[in-house]
Amino acid sequence: MLISVKDLVVARGGRTLLTGICFGLDREQALHVAGSNGSGKTSLLESLCGLRAPEHGSVEGLESADVFHWIGHKNALNPALTVVENLRFWCRVNNASEDRIENALDRLQLRAQQHRACRELSVGQRRRAALARLLAVRRPLWLLDEPLSGLDAGGVDLFIEMLKAHLALGGAAIITSHQNLPPLNGMRRLQL
Amino acid sequence: MSALKAVFMRELQLAARSRADWAQPVFFYILVSLLFPLGVAPNSTALPLFVPAILWMGALLAALLGLERVFRSDFEDGTLEQLFLAPVPVSFLVLGKLLAAWLVLGLPLALLSPLLGLLLGLSMHAAGVVMLGLLLGTLSLFFLGGFSSALLVGLPRAGVLLPVLVLPLVSPILIFGAGAARAAMSGSSAEAPLYFLAAIAVFCICLIPLATATALRNAFE
Repeated sequence: MLISVKDLVVARGGRTLLTGICFGLDREQALHVAGSNGSGKTSLLESLCGLRAPEHGSVEGLESADVFHWIGHKNALNPALTVVENLRFWCRVNNASEDRIENALDRLQLRAQQHRACRELSVGQRRRAALARLLAVRRPLWLLDEPLSGLDAGGVDLFIEMLKAHLALGGAAIITSHQNLPPLNGMRRLQL
Repeated sequence: MSALKAVFMRELQLAARSRADWAQPVFFYILVSLLFPLGVAPNSTALPLFVPAILWMGALLAALLGLERVFRSDFEDGTLEQLFLAPVPVSFLVLGKLLAAWLVLGLPLALLSPLLGLLLGLSMHAAGVVMLGLLLGTLSLFFLGGFSSALLVGLPRAGVLLPVLVLPLVSPILIFGAGAARAAMSGSSAEAPLYFLAAIAVFCICLIPLATATALRNAFE
């Protein structure tokens, strides 16, 4: 079991959003967390990765930082640096080799934009650059908060391909999205 | 260690891209120091008494201009949250960031101060003591200021609050720094206040990154 969540209670600003969340996720499995705006999808993911302390309950499997990736609403790209410079920085901070950056840029079709400053990119291109981090630094579990926001149809297809390949390699993913994701092997749905 | 270096090098890279950011405090310092004598009567004998205070207050205020931005852009673009999830202690990364910020924004002020001191009529020896004092003093100031700006990073219009938080904290630095300069001007030994400044700097470098990391965590919790 990569991650096991027991009886999690999530609160934000003194208001309890979610109670009794229990699930486990194994390799080659994905969980689609669905729900309307304000239902606590983002807070749940932040509690899982440790950015927000849960009110109650336990999360097992994510104690070590090099087990998982978290991508939130913000892309964590410095606007003054180029796409490649941003990716290199994240590889270095995470003690990962920089060999996979080129491959990641190829897979997200960002080769032509790699030497442009991130502030010059479109919203969708920035999202792709943020997702490229998943491929540049390999980790078994992905926690993705609305990864499809801003992506065009081609971008969504690229992301689904990435996700399939990740699961096939023994990875797992928890994805929040209010859009429908195409059915995949090993994908479950959690409605909040 | 490689993560600390990565953070440090990124700050230098960003500074090289936006020259206005580090040129602004330098010009502010020059202007404040050179405008001050215009407010004093010509050939007044009172001016030399105020020179240490002018040089020190000018440097403190100029440094504050840059300090507000130290963590803000990382907070806004989401970098800060990712740094908290990196497999290295955040206080380490904060150390890299603050050292780089000092190198880009604080060191130029210290190096400029003897020149301004000579223009305002300090002796060679006293100008050297001012520079030495500011080298140590700006280092402490950037760590104290970094901590304060970390406390304020989530708030709108924090630029107004920052001086109110930082300036009381730096009063010991000002007292010892200007004291060293006065001692050098009167011909007595400036060693004791400089040692105090060095001790404060070491204290700040060792402990403040820990406090800053905790303050930053507050910003998104």
